[in-house]
Amino acid sequence: MTYFIDRRANAKHKSAVNRQRFLDRYRTHIKRSVEEAVNRRSITDMERGEKVSIPSRDISEPVFQHGPGGKRSIVAPGNKEFTEGDRLRRPGGGGGSGGAGEGGASDQGEGMDEFAFTLSREEFLDFVFEGLELPHLERKALVDLDEVRPVRAGLSRDGVPARINIVRSMREAHARRIAMRAPIRRALREAREALAIEESKDPVLRNPARINELKAEVERLEKRLESVPFIDTFDLRYNNVVNQPQPSSKAVMFCVMDVSGSMTQAHKDIAKRFFLLLYLFLERSYEKVELVFVRHHTAAKEVDEEEFFYSRETGGTIVSSALTLVDEIIAKRYPPGQWNLYVAQASDGDNWDDDSVACRDVLIKKLMPRLQYFTYVEITPHAHQALWEEYETVAAEFPARFAMRQIVEAGDIYSVFRELFKRRAGGG
Amino acid sequence: MTRRKPIATGSDWNFEILAEFEREIARLADEYRLDIYPNQIEVITTEQMMDAYASVGMPVGYHHWSYGKQFLAVEQAYRRGQMGLAYELVINSDPCIAYLMEENTLMMQVLVMAHACYGHNSFFKGNYLFRTWTDASSIIDYLMFARQYVAECEERHGVAAVEQLLDACHALQNYGVDRYKRPSPISAAEEARRQKEREAYLQTQVNTLWSTIPGRPVVDALAGAHDEDDPLGLHAGGRYPPEPQENLLYFIEKNAPLLAPWQREVVRIVRKLAQYFYPQRQTQVMNEGWATFWHYTLMNRLYEEGLVDEGLMLEFLQSHTAVVNQPAFDSPWYSGINPYALGFAIFSDLRRLCENPTEEDRQWFPDAAGSDWRETLEFAMKNFKDESFIQQFLSPKVIRDLKLFTVVDDDQEEMLEVSAIHDERGYRRVREALATQYALSLREPNIQVYSADIRGDRSLTLRHVQDSRRPLARSVYPVIRHLHQLWGFPVRLESVEGDEVTRRYQWPLPEDVARA
Repeated sequence: MTYFIDRRANAKHKSAVNRQRFLDRYRTHIKRSVEEAVNRRSITDMERGEKVSIPSRDISEPVFQHGPGGKRSIVAPGNKEFTEGDRLRRPGGGGGSGGAGEGGASDQGEGMDEFAFTLSREEFLDFVFEGLELPHLERKALVDLDEVRPVRAGLSRDGVPARINIVRSMREAHARRIAMRAPIRRALREAREALAIEESKDPVLRNPARINELKAEVERLEKRLESVPFIDTFDLRYNNVVNQPQPSSKAVMFCVMDVSGSMTQAHKDIAKRFFLLLYLFLERSYEKVELVFVRHHTAAKEVDEEEFFYSRETGGTIVSSALTLVDEIIAKRYPPGQWNLYVAQASDGDNWDDDSVACRDVLIKKLMPRLQYFTYVEITPHAHQALWEEYETVAAEFPARFAMRQIVEAGDIYSVFRELFKRRAGGG
Repeated sequence: MTRRKPIATGSDWNFEILAEFEREIARLADEYRLDIYPNQIEVITTEQMMDAYASVGMPVGYHHWSYGKQFLAVEQAYRRGQMGLAYELVINSDPCIAYLMEENTLMMQVLVMAHACYGHNSFFKGNYLFRTWTDASSIIDYLMFARQYVAECEERHGVAAVEQLLDACHALQNYGVDRYKRPSPISAAEEARRQKEREAYLQTQVNTLWSTIPGRPVVDALAGAHDEDDPLGLHAGGRYPPEPQENLLYFIEKNAPLLAPWQREVVRIVRKLAQYFYPQRQTQVMNEGWATFWHYTLMNRLYEEGLVDEGLMLEFLQSHTAVVNQPAFDSPWYSGINPYALGFAIFSDLRRLCENPTEEDRQWFPDAAGSDWRETLEFAMKNFKDESFIQQFLSPKVIRDLKLFTVVDDDQEEMLEVSAIHDERGYRRVREALATQYALSLREPNIQVYSADIRGDRSLTLRHVQDSRRPLARSVYPVIRHLHQLWGFPVRLESVEGDEVTRRYQWPLPEDVARA
């Protein structure tokens, strides 16, 4: 007696609960690995899983076992040259020879120093955000509606042949045929019945003229019946498509960072987290997100990601140079009608005093009217300087689209980010 | 024999083809008089297979992080291609549940059916250990009960509390087995019905034991030897328990003073499951050897009858050879003795010496040599465990073929000594040593409950009976810490060799007590 059961359609992830419990239990270990990965990876490369290793001894499940020592005999296969009574040197530290603790005699030490496994993408992000739920960016907040997308909108009586809806057309034709043929069929039936009655009469009583008339009638009706067209232009139905305006699905994110001497690598790592969060956030909201990296000291320059985060510069700071460059790039490559523009700026707050006013002017006059959003984080434990004050006036003018926060250490980022975007969701 | 047309060629399969192969295998198995439970063959996906692996082969299990760890390990190994998943997932239940993975080729499916549904299945049904210790018909129901009960506990007492308790129980689960006594069969309906009653009953029992109200017959003790330190004979009631207890979890379940009723029930669940897996741990070589022997025999019969073609057979042989490969001790792939290889070699050789005995075989196996091979194999399968099976049936030829040798590792000697090899003088000693190597009683330290100081500080003392001066591994501390959590009072462990205590462990550690 044998049954075959196809279980393939059954629920997967039976182990999901156990897996989650394991992850919860070793949260601190995993977090460390995830943090390292965040520092190592590119911003655009966050959406995949990560391999995590935990020292085996930390997750072992202890049981009573024999330790090394004492006297025991081990049976091993594959003897080549040994004879009874041979004496061998004790193999030093698992050289793989001489039966160093193998066999069934001991199952201590699984031969693995590290327990390695792979986090899925969701789990990885979960750890990156530490359970932070990204607020949903509302598309309606996007101002320009230059893009349109064709959308199916029912059926219409006219259109191009490529869009003929065959099923509906045939159904219409069928209905029309029934409707058009019905009265003809009825007349035909009546004519035939009359003819039959006439013909079944006694030959003496027949009216030949009437018979001929009826025969002609039947013939005429049969022809009419045949001439009802199978399909008519009148029957055709077309899939209707209308153009619906769409929020732009493209976004560009400008990462602006101060790389002057006062910005240490620690500052940059914090900034990287911040940019990363914004990127992931935008990626969820737009189909396509482009990144532009602009770094500046006294002069601004567009660079690639590697150079952006990991090259060092010295010298003073002129923030307006970067803002001006962003403005130029927008004008050249990202027409605001087609792109949603975001700027994220990170700095330690240093700027030439005279320049802060210039920054404010660039922002208010040129950038802010075009941007979806501008975020500024100042990574410093110290008091604010002129730049912060000038930015505050900008924030007052564009409360819904300008956000600024101070970050002291990496741990602040998540809360700052949450606050920034909570406000946005409310204000939008 | 007339050769028939192959049932199918190529590597694709469908349910009709599988059913037809199954019928043919069943016919052949019947010819060989294999006695089996009904088969329930489930076709599953890779992911489901990994799930099944992770839950140590239980089709339903309670939730615990360690199964999650297992799952991640399996997944990682599978992704890296270090591990094929195809062999071996069969559950000792009635009907016997075996899994086929949908990715498998036709050859694999046929092989797994022969291996699991006829090999393992008949072993589960026939071997005395499985017959004595497990109840195949009720295990699935019991697992369902266990899962539900643990889930309810999590709801009532929190996941963390249950997890801690399970951690502690898992650490002791190898010591949750009655080795010498046949346990009563487990049945889910019974468990659920009696569980409430038992809770109440257990608690009263514990209460009696720990009752501080006098009422014990101490008078008799007074009549005996007079003790200067205990003139009233308050401590003269003798050691509790009077006999050492081998089943640590059972002792905890019945006697731990502070456990709540639900905690006792969880201890019981872990204990019962450990009991269920106990025979499998003792019959690895036999079980795998038997299943491998039968898939080999059945596949060859299919081929002889022409039901499979050369292509499938070649694929089979390649897979079979990989399974029974035994790397030599100095090979980089060596990781101990391969139970498939050893078991297959012994069973195959047993058949050989029944059919074509040599002079040597007649000397070594006067009863088996020349006998009906089918009956002799059946006898061997039914009445032995790894230890006694090797002791009884490891033939000189297998020792020669595998070139087995024995090394004595004595920490008091500077060098290892080769004490026996595959020669006339060595056969018996190699066999003896290999059998010992598979003796569960020697593989795991012998630890028993020695005394519970029920009239004093309530401490629990375990005794480790040491063998050949082999000490406990360092994991002893985390384990007795877990035991301490269950017991609630200090736990001591003494290693004893002869009459001498060689080493003492305790938890909490002395300085912790001092600080507290």
